[in-house]
Amino acid sequence: MTHPPDTGPAPVLALKGVSKSFGAVRALRDVSLELLPGEVHALAGENGAGKSTLIKTLAGVHRPDAGQVLLDGEPVVFHGPGDARDAGIAVIYQEPTLFPDLSIAENIFMGRQPRRALGRIDHKATRAATAALMRRLGVGLDPDRPARGLSIADQQIVEIAKALSFDARVLIMDEPTAALTGSEVARLFGVVRTLREQGTAVLFISHRLEEIFRICQKVTTLRDGTRIASETLDKMTEDDLVRRMVGRELAELYPERRAQTGDVALGVRRLTREGVFTDVSFEVRRGEIVGLAGLVGAGRTEVARAVFGIDRWDAGEVEVAGRRLPKGAPSAAMAAGLALVPEDRRAQGLVMDLSIERNIGLTGLRTTARAGLMDRGAERSRSLDWAVRLQVKYARIADAVSTLSGGNQQKVVLAKWLATGPKVLIVDEPTRGIDVGTKAEVHRLLAELAADGVAVLMISSDLPEILGMADRVLVMHEGRISAEIPRADATEESVLAAATGRAAA
Amino acid sequence: MPESLTRAIRWDTVVGTLLIVLLLSFGFVDGFGNALNLSFLIGNTLPIALIALPMTLLVVSGEIDLSVASTAGLSGAVMGRLWNAGLPIETIIPLCLLLGVVCGLLNGLLVTRLGLPSLAVTIGTLAAYRGVAQIVLGSDAVTDFPPRYLDFAAGRLGGTFVPRALVPFLVLLAIAVVVLHATPFGRSLFAIGAGEEAAWFAGIRVRRTKLLLFVATGLMSALTGVFWALHYASARYDNATGLELSVVAAVLLGGIDFDGGRGTLGGAIAGVFLLGALQNVMSLEDVSAQSQIVVTGVLLVLSVLGPRVARQIAVLRAQSSG
Ligand SMILES: Nc1ncnc2c1ncn2[C@@H]1O[C@H](COP(=O)(O)OP(=O)(O)OP(=O)(O)O)[C@@H](O)[C@H]1O
Ligand SMILES: [Mg+2]
Repeated sequence: MTHPPDTGPAPVLALKGVSKSFGAVRALRDVSLELLPGEVHALAGENGAGKSTLIKTLAGVHRPDAGQVLLDGEPVVFHGPGDARDAGIAVIYQEPTLFPDLSIAENIFMGRQPRRALGRIDHKATRAATAALMRRLGVGLDPDRPARGLSIADQQIVEIAKALSFDARVLIMDEPTAALTGSEVARLFGVVRTLREQGTAVLFISHRLEEIFRICQKVTTLRDGTRIASETLDKMTEDDLVRRMVGRELAELYPERRAQTGDVALGVRRLTREGVFTDVSFEVRRGEIVGLAGLVGAGRTEVARAVFGIDRWDAGEVEVAGRRLPKGAPSAAMAAGLALVPEDRRAQGLVMDLSIERNIGLTGLRTTARAGLMDRGAERSRSLDWAVRLQVKYARIADAVSTLSGGNQQKVVLAKWLATGPKVLIVDEPTRGIDVGTKAEVHRLLAELAADGVAVLMISSDLPEILGMADRVLVMHEGRISAEIPRADATEESVLAAATGRAAA
Repeated sequence: MPESLTRAIRWDTVVGTLLIVLLLSFGFVDGFGNALNLSFLIGNTLPIALIALPMTLLVVSGEIDLSVASTAGLSGAVMGRLWNAGLPIETIIPLCLLLGVVCGLLNGLLVTRLGLPSLAVTIGTLAAYRGVAQIVLGSDAVTDFPPRYLDFAAGRLGGTFVPRALVPFLVLLAIAVVVLHATPFGRSLFAIGAGEEAAWFAGIRVRRTKLLLFVATGLMSALTGVFWALHYASARYDNATGLELSVVAAVLLGGIDFDGGRGTLGGAIAGVFLLGALQNVMSLEDVSAQSQIVVTGVLLVLSVLGPRVARQIAVLRAQSSG
């Protein structure tokens, strides 16, 4: 094959006419895609559009039913992720896949640690290489720390470090930024730009459209497994992109709302968990949405976990609707009307092997039972009702949640907790991995709940989301509440200043 | 899809093999089909079946108890010792059951409070409980229990070959089936076994639930110890030695996933009677006791491997048909 001189560089990696089905679900239909060296290519589409499936096909996880994968223009067959890696393709999957009992360094260099004489693993070199990667990403994670207990954001950073640790010709990233805040995203993009200048081909997925415009040159949109367009981004607007993805105009991302606040529904006073957070006090009133902002590691998730009873606290108290909660008892918190949508949907939010129906049913075991026995009809209609209200995209309600796309899994977690009819709803990254259309949907839902008198505490790393939704913003910095900012004064600058501890507002 | 498919494969294989073994035995093994032998078969299988009930619940929730046979032995030994000491049997039996509760509670506390793996904890108590049994009864064999009780444990219903003790077992089986498959409690066991952290985040009291299961297992093991001593009219410290192997093999054979979260009680009980029939046939054919243990061990390995292989096949099939 000879190219005329003006066609530019040849694609490193390409898909030609690829189709892939799972049973009756056609995840990809006749999709083609070309990745060029020195170019960052975005893949956009709604939840379940087939983005992750496309990536797994490139990475050798799935074998296409029809069509080809081309490496340097030649058809290849990857028999597994190992083959793809040997071909110079590094992949960051949507859900972190770390070994919990291994250290961060061991996870990153799994199976290819630097060696010393006699084939012994050189721990010192492994650690040093890991520390160097962490510096490049601008995070202070200890290489010796075990992966167990890392927050989702930190896990994602370790996955990124892993992908960067071998000099890949192609870097594929499935929603790497979903749990990251602004500064970590900026660092990651800095690294990506350097790689691009060195000629790496990058494929990038994100539901945050502004990120696509910031870092990518080209975009391919998928809808229901079909490619809608592949085009350069410089002449497009966000609205154009959204129209390609959803095939229609979208409503506003943040609903108009006027808060009617009532009594205090959630009261947290001087809550302390030693070494994690200190003296945290705040209130959330009925009908109010309070945003909890802060950098990754500031202790937001940890406060939510303690309030709900997952972890014990050392001092302080928590009241729901005037009732003191015992520490370390999620069942008591639930009985008092508290619900927590946790950040880690795969480990904490869902039982992956159970069906959609059973997962939603899990929070209603006692309430749907009759005379102490399960009422399967009631369980099913409760689950169906909420799956439909949240527009979960599934084949059958009895399918395992593990077969759903990431965004749809998130909707099942929301469904499971909204079905309890909570008085106080704590949501930790409620729209992580959710597409723009559904994001607007979730925001509308949260606004409706608040209008019905539910008190909502929203933790989010997506600052525009906090600013768009919250009546009041609490900011955490190093385990303490560093500022409380009313809606009128909340801006990116004021929140960031408090989050980084620069200014006392 | 793969999940239900593998379950179907497992269930069909177990019940199918059970039928084939039974039919072949009726045809080819001398004496298998006669009423007396069938009554022996059921009577000898009942101890496995009794303990298999709580064991199934325990394995579904992701834990295991290997001390069950030692608890049964200890309960029998205490029963013999107290009988020799002259206590009435009506007092002794409740005390034995209480002892079973204590044994289960100890296992459960070690697992749930200290966070130790149940496999390790119960291997330890397997040795410990048996040791205590030997201290309690020494090498004595107590055989002179009241005839009324011996009759109940070894006798048959009317003129049939059906052991009397089958009736209370069926009642317990019905209760266990309802608990595991029709109550919120049972539903939460599957959730704990398949995703303990998510279950805890959904407000399920994981530790309390597990503690309860260990206690129930201890109780049923002690009951089995009492039944064993009466059924064979002999209380010795080494009663029911090695029974845990049969119970675990039967439960896993019946399609209960060793990793938790999967299985049905119907399957487990089919596994129990399949194993019981095999052991019975081997005895009729004069297979030595040692060889029988080897066969049970092989079955145990196969039943752990089986579901994995079946799942692999189902996945491959789904991929090629997809
Ligand atoms: N292993 C599987 N078994 C069955 N169906 C699957 C499997 N993996 C994906 N699917 C289905 O294929 C479709 C595409 O899923 P995919 O994960 O590629 O979506 P996505 O575009 O990455 O969505 P998201 O933005 O939510 O991550 C969905 O309908 C999903 O339910
Ligand atoms: Mg995806």
